[in-house]
Amino acid sequence: MSTSDALVLDDVSRRFGRRWALARLSYRLPRGRSLLLTGHNGSGKSTLLRLIATATVPTAGRLEVLGMDAVAEREQVRGQVALLSHSSFLYEDLSAHQNLVVLLRLLGREDPGGEAVALLARVGLATRGSHPVRHFSAGMRKRLAIARLLAQRPKLALLDEPFGELDPAGILEMERLVAELRESGTAVVLATHLVEQGLSLCEERLHLVEGRRVEP
Amino acid sequence: MLSTAWILLNKDLLLEWRTRARLNALVFFALATLLLFSFALGPDSTLLARHAGGYLWLALLFASVLSLGESFRVEQENQCLDGLRLVPTDARALFLSKAVGNTLLLLFLALVLLPVMIALYGVTLSLSPLSLLGVLALGCMAISAPGTVYSAIANHARARDVLLPLLLFPLIVPALLAAVKATTLVLQGDPMGQLTSWVGLLSAFNLIYWGLGLALFPRVVED
Repeated sequence: MSTSDALVLDDVSRRFGRRWALARLSYRLPRGRSLLLTGHNGSGKSTLLRLIATATVPTAGRLEVLGMDAVAEREQVRGQVALLSHSSFLYEDLSAHQNLVVLLRLLGREDPGGEAVALLARVGLATRGSHPVRHFSAGMRKRLAIARLLAQRPKLALLDEPFGELDPAGILEMERLVAELRESGTAVVLATHLVEQGLSLCEERLHLVEGRRVEP
Repeated sequence: MLSTAWILLNKDLLLEWRTRARLNALVFFALATLLLFSFALGPDSTLLARHAGGYLWLALLFASVLSLGESFRVEQENQCLDGLRLVPTDARALFLSKAVGNTLLLLFLALVLLPVMIALYGVTLSLSPLSLLGVLALGCMAISAPGTVYSAIANHARARDVLLPLLLFPLIVPALLAAVKATTLVLQGDPMGQLTSWVGLLSAFNLIYWGLGLALFPRVVED
């Protein structure tokens, strides 16, 4: 087991039916570095993020996350990794505050109500805490989803298209939040089509084409 | 595990309370089923009273298909189930919360249907109301435990509305039979002392399927 790398992909493949979403991917991300994932739609970025988050398992190959085997030590990996996905993981009929309180209670926090209020303020949703998520715009959902990720205090944050559905002010806000995450010692793996924004936040880059690593 | 299950159960009850759509649909569906049985059998009140236990459990069983299917729909929306798995949440706690939630919902439905059944079918209660409550609770638990597991399995399928009853109905025949017999004995009297045997069968069924649910559910919700 490696301790010097945040992420080790060793010949990792993932197949859905007959289609290989990732094919024999090998890569190492040193600790303390952040990674930008680029590639066209369907290139395997989201699949790779879901594999690292342990939402799904590799069809073949070995995947280590923060020095832990992503299959055998799945629960431990989940305790240290958080995923901002295309899906928000939010309950539509609960309010923003209630969504965060449920999560914080599951995480065993002492003051879930107070912490939820602070998180809502941090992502600019302080005045919308009591509103049901069903009435939120796409941008507001994205902000609440990032609050959900921040609540988990991850060592590795996986961000799948974090700038999508955000207005220019929202993009700036998201950049600030990602920078804050990095300053607090959280490693970031970020998948985005906005390469300029991504490069300003990450030192490393992995470009995927049809599930394979290629030079950008 | 129990504290996590409690948090998840609270979340489900809160969701149920905020929408109330599932609850309203269930009550009207089950009431309509009871009414249809009385129309189908005509004005023969003796026949209706004799088989009241059976009609009550059929109404509950049909309603349970709606209820069980809906209980995982909220987790499917926005992939909330993935969100819970990745927190991480103990899958056994998820099973417990869903199965207890479904039991409570069915029990509530049974308590709503009971006075309607008494009025419609002219039923009288021979044994204590507590015996009836116990039988209803055991029967609802017997539907909920395997129903929760199959609902989670069927949730991934395209034809989930068809798949759930296909999987569930054959499995719960022994429990349904025991629940109907026990309910009938509570309503009509138990001169031969058979109630204990049927309650024993229901309890054994519950023990097996709640245990199996706890053991198998982690495999069901993971890839």
